[in-house]
Amino acid sequence: MQGNEKDKGITPSQTVGPFFKYGLTPTGDYAWNDAFINSTLTPDVTGDRVRIEGRVFDGDGVVVPDVMLEIWQADAQGRFADPQDKRALPNASFRGFARCGTDKDGNYSFDTIKPGVVPDPDGKPQAPHIVLAVFGRGMLRHLYTRIYFSDEAGNAADPVLALVPADRRATLTAVREAGKPVYRLDLRLQGDNETVFFDM
Amino acid sequence: MTFIYPTDSNKAHPLPLSPEYKSSIKRAPNKPLIPMRHTLSELTGPVYGHETVREGDNDLTRQHASEPLGERIIVHGHVRDEDGRGVPNSLVEIWQANSCGRYVHVRDQHPAPLDPNFTGAGRTVSDAAGYYRFVSIKPGAYPWGNHHNAWRPAHIHLSVFGHSFVTRLVTQMYFPNDPLFPFDPIFNSVPDEKARARMVSSFDLENTQPEWALCYRFDIVLRGKNATPMENH
Repeated sequence: MQGNEKDKGITPSQTVGPFFKYGLTPTGDYAWNDAFINSTLTPDVTGDRVRIEGRVFDGDGVVVPDVMLEIWQADAQGRFADPQDKRALPNASFRGFARCGTDKDGNYSFDTIKPGVVPDPDGKPQAPHIVLAVFGRGMLRHLYTRIYFSDEAGNAADPVLALVPADRRATLTAVREAGKPVYRLDLRLQGDNETVFFDM
Repeated sequence: MTFIYPTDSNKAHPLPLSPEYKSSIKRAPNKPLIPMRHTLSELTGPVYGHETVREGDNDLTRQHASEPLGERIIVHGHVRDEDGRGVPNSLVEIWQANSCGRYVHVRDQHPAPLDPNFTGAGRTVSDAAGYYRFVSIKPGAYPWGNHHNAWRPAHIHLSVFGHSFVTRLVTQMYFPNDPLFPFDPIFNSVPDEKARARMVSSFDLENTQPEWALCYRFDIVLRGKNATPMENH
């Protein structure tokens, strides 16, 4: 075996570029089958169905039409569809992963269920949250952030939100629209109301 | 033990802001990233893909009525973590320009021919040892608007998941000895020379198929776990 035995480090990240749309998020625009859509919903999934939507902006406040977002989350009981999570998975076909490209106006949306409580490394409960990765032209490595829900009392005691300066926590909190199972969260890659991104 | 996947590994990556790459200037965060401990949400991840991978999805030369134009290539290698363990069952997705350096994307309007027999997208799942393989066409270099006379070195985009959300990787595989390397701000956004070299595939004569296809080997190395077992399980 030759080649990449050069040294032991990891393969560096590069931008997903502007042209991922026909390969990763085709949704019928190109002659290629979808691997993922912007929904985690499966027929057997239990829990509160919600829609999360918003727009993505750059440092000039201009909408970003060429980013790709990926979400990863637990089911309504806080279990992950991952072999490392040994607990029973009653929602057998629920995966907890979805992918969305922004449209020409920078809009994204996900249809999913509200996740349950997941423990932190000390066993302390985390408020319901979804992990979000942001990929795009101009982004040499994807950015990690989280989506919390505005109507969750547990946010006040969440150990990860507690790491975030109080005046920036709103950038992680999707706001419920009155009377609808719809939450809105805009992402700002840069600037005064820049979304909080995590180093992990 | 705070971090189960050591964050030191991340030093191989480009910095978010690489001013020579102009698109990063308005899209890289200005504020420092906030360090956090990995929780189950970060340590688990989508480790499947089988149900979406169809027969032939890893052969980009057989997706249309005829074969695409260009130099047929085999691209193969192992997905491993930095401790040398193979990463099985990982979805590997690729996308690339055609042999003339043109993407089928509606926004790529540079005056090179589109190939009706080439979409440029593929996917496969790594096997039990972490091995993956594609058949494709060598992509051409193409011009872009970053600076005067800017051309991207030939490359194939790859997306890999690994076994947790923190091992998620999107990278680009380059071809050996490309004369455009010194002039490309995306390739050179990786500060460490050895790390940059890990994005360059190796010509693989042993697996080149006589009178059919040249072969390139590209091993993908994801972050490795410390020995510390996961807690709260």
